[in-house]
Amino acid sequence: MANLSSEFLGIKSPNPFWLASAPPTDKEYNVRRAFDAGWGGVVWKTLGEDGPPIVNVNGPRYGALYGADRRLLGLNNIELITDRPLDLNLQEIKTVKRDYPDRAMIVSIMVPCEEGAWKSILPKVEETGADGIELNFGCPHGMSERGMGAAVGQVPKYIEMVARWCKQNTRMPVIVKLTPNITDIRYPARAALKGGADAVSLINTIASIISVNLDTMSPEPSIDGKGSHGGYCGPAVKPIALNMIAQIGNDIETGGLPISGIGGITNWRDAAEYMSLGCGNVQVCTAAMTYGFKIVEEMKSGMSDWMDEKGYTSVSDFIGSALPNVTEWQHLNLNYVAKAKIDQDSCIKCGRCYAACEDTSHQAISINDDRMFEVINEECVACNLCVDVCPVENCITMEPMKPGELDTRTGKIVLDEYANWTTHPNNSGACVID
Amino acid sequence: MPNTVSSPGVLSGRLPASKVTKNFSDLHEPFRNHEASVAADRCYFCYDAPCITACPTAIDIPLFIRQIQTNTIDAAAKTIFEQNILGGMCARVCPTETLCEESCVREVAEGKPVEIGRLQRFATDSLMKSGIHPFSRENSTGKKIAVIGAGPAGLACAHRLAMYGHDVIIYDSKEKAGGLNEFGIAAYKSTDEFAAKEVEWLLEIGGIDLQLGFELGKNIHLNELVKQFDSVFLGLGLGAVNNLRVNGDDLENVSDAVQFISGLRQSDDLTSLEVGREVLVIGGGMTAVDAAVQSKLLGAETVTIAYRRSKDKMGASTFEQELATSNGVVIRENLNPKSIIGNGKVSSVEFEKTQQTSEGLTSTGEAVMIAADQVLVAIGQALSVDEERLEFVGNKINVSSSGRTSCSGVWAGGDCVSGGEDLTVTAVAQGRDAAEDINLSIMG
Repeated sequence: MANLSSEFLGIKSPNPFWLASAPPTDKEYNVRRAFDAGWGGVVWKTLGEDGPPIVNVNGPRYGALYGADRRLLGLNNIELITDRPLDLNLQEIKTVKRDYPDRAMIVSIMVPCEEGAWKSILPKVEETGADGIELNFGCPHGMSERGMGAAVGQVPKYIEMVARWCKQNTRMPVIVKLTPNITDIRYPARAALKGGADAVSLINTIASIISVNLDTMSPEPSIDGKGSHGGYCGPAVKPIALNMIAQIGNDIETGGLPISGIGGITNWRDAAEYMSLGCGNVQVCTAAMTYGFKIVEEMKSGMSDWMDEKGYTSVSDFIGSALPNVTEWQHLNLNYVAKAKIDQDSCIKCGRCYAACEDTSHQAISINDDRMFEVINEECVACNLCVDVCPVENCITMEPMKPGELDTRTGKIVLDEYANWTTHPNNSGACVID
Repeated sequence: MPNTVSSPGVLSGRLPASKVTKNFSDLHEPFRNHEASVAADRCYFCYDAPCITACPTAIDIPLFIRQIQTNTIDAAAKTIFEQNILGGMCARVCPTETLCEESCVREVAEGKPVEIGRLQRFATDSLMKSGIHPFSRENSTGKKIAVIGAGPAGLACAHRLAMYGHDVIIYDSKEKAGGLNEFGIAAYKSTDEFAAKEVEWLLEIGGIDLQLGFELGKNIHLNELVKQFDSVFLGLGLGAVNNLRVNGDDLENVSDAVQFISGLRQSDDLTSLEVGREVLVIGGGMTAVDAAVQSKLLGAETVTIAYRRSKDKMGASTFEQELATSNGVVIRENLNPKSIIGNGKVSSVEFEKTQQTSEGLTSTGEAVMIAADQVLVAIGQALSVDEERLEFVGNKINVSSSGRTSCSGVWAGGDCVSGGEDLTVTAVAQGRDAAEDINLSIMG
C-alpha cells in the first residue's frame, strides 16, 4: 500500500488531506471528530484580534447550487471569521495539538492591517504549539468591508507587507491564502513570495450571489429580505482553482513556491489532480460539510490504490507531474487530429450527442431510422462536445488519427511533426522557419 | 360464523372490510414531491425521444418531465393534456411497460426506465386537484356535432371539438359517462372515483351536452343524426361479449368477466360482492387478468386463468401476467375449454390440452379437469352495431387514418374501429385526431 504521509513546509501529516479554515474547524469538538475520522491536518477557522468577538447574522448563512438529484455542486456563504473568544480558541488549539501530535495544526489569522495587531497575536498562536499559520487574505464578504480578508488580498503590496511582518515576528511557517477575486493570480502570489511567505494556499471563495428568490426578489441566503454577496465554493469552483494553481506553478517568479490546494476537492481524484499540478497537499471544506468527515476514508483508499496502480510509493512521486504539460494555446500541436468515435455496443440511443452537434456545433453526427448515431468524419472537428454530453462514460471517445492518414474534413494527410500557431501560415506574426 | 376464504360456494364477505379496502387501494402509489423530483432527474431529455414515438398520443414526455424538474407542475400537466386530455387516466391504466417505458433509453441501458407513468400521474393529479381546467373554448362556431359513446374516444373527440368552439352532444347508453374507464378498468387502477371525476373535469371546457340512456340503433339512429348534425363521431364500445359455446355455459355461476368487473366497479361496498372459493377465468387478455386478480383480492381461495394458447400469446402483457401471479393467481396455458360440468351450479370445467403445430392450434388428445365453483369468461368482446351505411373490416368499422368512415360526415374511433390496439390511450388518440379532421372538414 502506497505511503500517503505528507510533509509540507516541514510540517508532517499522515496524509495530505487537511480541512480548510472554515466552519468544520471552528472548535475543538469538530476538530477532534475530524482527526478521529482520519484527516491529516486542519487549518483552524480564522482567528481575529482579541476583544469582543465578531458577530454573525442570525439567519441563513449558506446558499446552494444543485445538480441532478439535489447533488450539491456549489455552496455560497456569508459567515465571517470565528465568532468565539480568542482565548477559548487558543486554549482549544493547544489541547487538540497536544492530543494529536502527529496531525498538522495550522491556525488561520485575520487581524487589521497594522503591524501591532499581528505582533500581538502571533506569540499567542505560537504558544499553542501550532505548526504554522495561514494568513486569511481571501474572505470576499463581510470582513473585506472592514479592510481585511480579500481587501488585503487584492492589493499585492499589502500582501507583501503583512507577510513580511509575520515572518519577522514568528518562527512558524507562513502560508498566505489567496483570493481568486483578482484578474491575475500571479501578482498576489509574487507579492507573498517577496514578503517571505513560505507557501501560498488557494483558492479562497469566489464573490458570488448564488440565487435570487423570485417571490421575495431577495438574493439568497436572504436576511430579512436582503442579501449580500457571499463566498462561493464547492465542486463547481475546482476548474478556476486548478488554473490559478498552474499559473503560479509555471510562473517564472513563483514557480516552486509550495502550494496548498483548495477549491471544490470532493474525492481522491480531485486531490490527485491538484497535487499533479504542484500542490504539496490539499484542503477540503465543502465536501466535508456536505457529506461529513467520513469522506476522508474514500480519499485515502482511492489515492493509495491509484498510487499502487501507477507505481508511486510516495505522494512526492507525482506532485507537479502534470505541470510541465500545462502550456499556452499557441504551443498546442495543430497537427494533432482526432475524430469522435461512438461505440455502438454501449450507445443507449438517447441522441444527446446528435442534438448537441446538430443544433449547436458542426453537424457531424448522423441519425438513421433505427436511431443509430454515427460520426461523420468529414464534418467532425473533434470538439469533444458529444463526449461531454453523453450520459454513458466511454461510449464516445476521441480517437487520434495516425500520421499518414487522410483527414477527410480538411482533405489533408495527418502529419507526424509538431507544428503550432507560432509558425502557422495564417498567423501574420508567425516566425518563418527555414 | 363469518365467511372465510375457505367457505365453499359463491359468497360475499370472505375477507374483513379493512383487508378488502387495502387490497383495492392504488396499484401504484402516487409519487410524493420528493420522489417525483428524484424520478424526474433521471430523464436524459433525449433527442426525438423514443418514448414520444411509443406513446399513441405522442405526449412530449421529455418536456413534461423537464417541467417537473423545474417545478412548473401545471405546465407539465398542460403539456400532457394538450396531447391527451385523459392523461390522468392513461397515467393509471396505460401498459407503460409495453409503451413509453419500454422504449425509454434507461430501460434499454439499465433495465430501469424513467417512471413516466407515475410522473404523468404526479403532474396531471396536481393540476386536476387544484380545480384548474387548463383550456378555454374558442368563440362558438354554431356547428353541431354528435358524439356517440362517452368512453375515452368520445370524450377526447368531444373535448377537442368543444375547444374549437363547436357545440357537442355526447350520447351514451349507460347511466354514467366514462365507458371502460368507468365500467371496465380494474378497481385498483382507478381508485377514489377517478373516472367520474375526470369526466366532470373534462366537461368544464363547456359546450358539451352529455345525454345518457341513448343507444345507437335503439333510441338514436345514424341516418337521423347525420341529418341533424354537421358531423357525427362514433366512439362505441364493444357491447357484445363473445360466448364460449360449449355445453354447460348456461350453468349457474358461469358469467362473463366484463359484467363481473363492471359490477365490482359500480359497487359501493366491495364486501357485499360474491365470489367463488375456486374461481376459474377463461381467457388470456387484460380482462381475464383484471377479473382474476380482483377475484383473488375479494377473497377467493384459488384463482386460475386458463388460456387456450401458450403464455407468450396472451393479450395481457408480461407485467400484467406477473401482477396476476404475484397476487396468487395461477396461469395455465394450452387449455381449450370443452364443457362446463355441474348439477345446476358449475362444479368443474373440462379442457383439452392444446399444442401449436404447423397446422395451427391442435388438440393433444389429453383431457384436463379443473374444479371451479365460479367461472368467468373473458374471451373477447365484439361490436354489436348493425348499420348498413358503414363498411366493416372483420367486425370492426373501417376508418381512414384520420377516422373517416365510409359514410360521409361520420367519423369513428376507439375500440369499435379496425386498426390500433384496444387501449384507452389509443382510443384517446383516435378521438382527438378525428376531432381535428372534423374541424378541418366542417370549417374548411
